[in-house]
Amino acid sequence: MERLPLEKKVLSENDRLAAGLRARFREHGILCFNLISSPGSGKTSLLERTLESLPQNERVGILTGDIQTDNDARRLARFGFPVKQITTGGTCHLDARMIERGLEGWRLLDIDLLLIENVGNLVCPASYDLGEAAKIVVLSVTEGEDKPLKYPSIFFKAKLLVLNKVDLLPYVPFDIDAAEENARCIHPGMDIVRVSCTTGDGIQPWLAWLEQRRHLQLAARAESVVPERARAALR
Amino acid sequence: MHEMGIANSVLEAVRVEAARHPGSYPCRVGVRIGELAAVDPSALEFCFDALTRETDLESLQLEIEICPRRHRCLDCATEFRVKDFNFECPRCRSLRSECLSGDELELAYLEVEENGTVTAGKESPERE
Repeated sequence: MERLPLEKKVLSENDRLAAGLRARFREHGILCFNLISSPGSGKTSLLERTLESLPQNERVGILTGDIQTDNDARRLARFGFPVKQITTGGTCHLDARMIERGLEGWRLLDIDLLLIENVGNLVCPASYDLGEAAKIVVLSVTEGEDKPLKYPSIFFKAKLLVLNKVDLLPYVPFDIDAAEENARCIHPGMDIVRVSCTTGDGIQPWLAWLEQRRHLQLAARAESVVPERARAALR
Repeated sequence: MHEMGIANSVLEAVRVEAARHPGSYPCRVGVRIGELAAVDPSALEFCFDALTRETDLESLQLEIEICPRRHRCLDCATEFRVKDFNFECPRCRSLRSECLSGDELELAYLEVEENGTVTAGKESPERE
């Protein structure tokens, strides 16, 4: 018997495609986020609030995933930004190849911000890199405050937790401080914003978080460009 | 839920690797799964069995190694295992630490046997 070391990721093919997407996003200056939550936590509502708040000249594109129907794409298309529905036909998550196909026909140079709405599922989407700059997890107060402990993977990997439906807090037995504590237990230092997509509360801090990420990306880009120029000058 | 896709990816990797070693037969594949990887080992075993049954890989064994979540203290550099979300450094009691491992989803190894020494459908005898 011979033992051959493999030492590679199980999802290495997805990771390879995601690395290609990430390189394309970097080349075209696209900031990409991957929104993940249980079904019904409010990903689409958060996108509606976001699109309605953005200036019409904002160069944003949206890919939205579901197992069936193009209901979400129709909800989001009314804001005038390019939206494409990815219908997985049964698959419980989006993978990098679906994003590649979803981007076909779009001029990447015309997009600055790409928002991907994953299939409603707190488990599987956590395993699939889509080339995004960051994963964002949405949790609503009609779920349990122990969700971060039950589904640690996505809370560990997401940069931001959006606690949605805070307008319902007076009516549900949800301890929002405990929810935040549980999330930070899994992911110390995690960013958290509390929003209500119904009333609009907290939407400004959410938009500010997106803006801050954009500045971080521009700063990182400038830093990577300057040494290249410096090297070119030395040649 | 996505364990079927993961089992399929494991089998694809096995086939690719086996094709590089003509004349040998893959008999055991080792997979590492971290506690934070969101993969259920028993669901993965179930899917793996379903995908290999009545195929040329029916006798392939799956060995799963669970990798614990490990952190390194940012104050005293002690490395420790995190259990029950307790992040306190066992040495200096600091609560500031970084995650080192625990989200693995990796192919560790493939064991192959030369053709003729193993019968498909039966456990292969262990030998060096």
